[in-house]
Amino acid sequence: MDSQKTDRREFLKRSAAVAGGLTLGAAEPALGQAVAPVPANILGTDELVGYGDRSRFVTSERIPHGGRASPDTFGLDFHIATPLQDSVGVVTPSSLHYMGTTRGSYVPDINPAEHRLMIHGMVERPLVFTMEEIKRLPSVTRMHFIECAGNRSNRRHTTVQETHGMTSNAEWTGVLLSTLLEEAGVQDDADWIVAEGVEEVKGASSIPMTKAMDDVLICYGMNGEDVRPQQGFPLRMLAPGFEGIFNVKWLRRIKVVDRYYMTYNDYGHLTQDPVNAALGYQIGPKSVITHPSGGQQLPGKGFYEVSGLAWSGGGRVDRVEVTTDGGLTWTDAKLRGTAQPMAHTRFTFEWDWDGSACELQSRCIDEIGQVQPSRAQVAEFWNQPPDQPPRVRGQDNSIQPWRVDSDGSIHNAIA
Amino acid sequence: MAVFTMRLLKFLPLLMFLGISANAQSPTFGLGRTPTAGEIEAWDIAISPTGDELPVGSGTANQGSELYLSKGCAGCHGTTGAGGLAPRLIKRDVGEVDDPWQYGRVLPIRSPFATTVWDFINRGMPLGQEGTLTPDEVYSITAYLFFLNDVIEDDLMVLDEVSLPQIQMPNRDNWAQVPDWFPGQPRLQGYPY
Repeated sequence: MDSQKTDRREFLKRSAAVAGGLTLGAAEPALGQAVAPVPANILGTDELVGYGDRSRFVTSERIPHGGRASPDTFGLDFHIATPLQDSVGVVTPSSLHYMGTTRGSYVPDINPAEHRLMIHGMVERPLVFTMEEIKRLPSVTRMHFIECAGNRSNRRHTTVQETHGMTSNAEWTGVLLSTLLEEAGVQDDADWIVAEGVEEVKGASSIPMTKAMDDVLICYGMNGEDVRPQQGFPLRMLAPGFEGIFNVKWLRRIKVVDRYYMTYNDYGHLTQDPVNAALGYQIGPKSVITHPSGGQQLPGKGFYEVSGLAWSGGGRVDRVEVTTDGGLTWTDAKLRGTAQPMAHTRFTFEWDWDGSACELQSRCIDEIGQVQPSRAQVAEFWNQPPDQPPRVRGQDNSIQPWRVDSDGSIHNAIA
Repeated sequence: MAVFTMRLLKFLPLLMFLGISANAQSPTFGLGRTPTAGEIEAWDIAISPTGDELPVGSGTANQGSELYLSKGCAGCHGTTGAGGLAPRLIKRDVGEVDDPWQYGRVLPIRSPFATTVWDFINRGMPLGQEGTLTPDEVYSITAYLFFLNDVIEDDLMVLDEVSLPQIQMPNRDNWAQVPDWFPGQPRLQGYPY
């Protein structure tokens, strides 16, 4: 009893010392002051016990993207970008995963007990699956990024969220589409599938059978729980490395067909130019430094771990190089963890900033040898007029330059 | 010999059955059920360039011109097919051109297939009331948009599930197909980036 009293008295004394210390200048620690104040407590609630929440001091948020409100006055969502500047590791939290819709869309409120996936067309056995049945089939779990075709940096953007936020990376769980197609029995002349969702426009995409049988996933799981409604709950398709629109959400139907259908989403890709058609299909090798990045502030010279994300629709990231002198010299960055096919890969680079103005860039080299280009390299390859700003054809995978001013401020350096 | 032939004939159906089902990848897991014809038809809304999935129905540009107003198309796309908030539906006035792409990003003139225009209207219009148009109405509005763009010249021409896929759009063979795709291939042959 006595010792408890003593402890209590000691605790009160320490608290007073901490409280007193707070009134002093932070740079002048008072004798007996703690390094940091004793924090307040978060009181337990049934809600927090049921489903956890992040700290109130963490305020990282997605933002509307593409020059249009999300939600708009009708409650439609268009494009929403991920706060890559705050990202660590490779997993995008489900709540922060980017979202894209074709023309602005309501998010369907689907009861999974009523949801069905139909596979029909050029198959021996048309089939309808319940969610329960799909979850009984052999599953796979894989890391994959998704990236919107509109993820295009321009000189007006100030942060990496604006320049690159329309890509995210998650752990996806589901059934290989090949498992379902083999179950239905694909006929010999079938070269394409049409995949379709339940939302109001029932966005449909044509996908080649070679892709469908290779690595396309029919996903019900995302980052260890059910796919979120904004991401296609209860079922979405994942076509790893293909542009975002092919990853059909709220999936209800796969029709096996003999040709490219030029249906709703396909028409959006219609072009006269074979180069643009090819470069707006499979995502190229790409990377971006997320820290330090545009809008951030270095407190002073000294050591920093430069960190970023690299990915490619062509396979695994093989190597990432970083320059701190605007592209004169390049050094290999370290890849954190094992690079997965068609997945964001974290790279880091140890940097001692001498306090002078400089420019940071990164470039990705993937396992099939594709190299992320500078905008100048793209312009040169296509013989674009040198007196005009470079134009990256198809999906933009060009190098993102960040200018570090001597005051430590970071700026988008696209000219 | 006769007995052997008899036996072979007796087992022939079984052999044929095994052969066919092996070829067609017999089901492994036995999950899922067979959809009814009605269930398939209700969802089978992506229209092939061949028009296979088109429902029975018909309409003319003349009928479509009234529907264009009564269904609210004009409210977003403009009474003349231009000048509204929504994408324009009438080709740009660039005179006679060799390349139909110069008419602009206008669905009923740029699309390589008439079926794509029908499909687009059927699944995506009117905004907020998608799926409410009857097949006859979609045939009529499609015909009207083709008439506006000189794809068809007769406002009484009947478009139906047979005639619509036969319309030769000016860009029928004038568009870039995506490259054949195989695992591990670069995005564009000869392009290092």
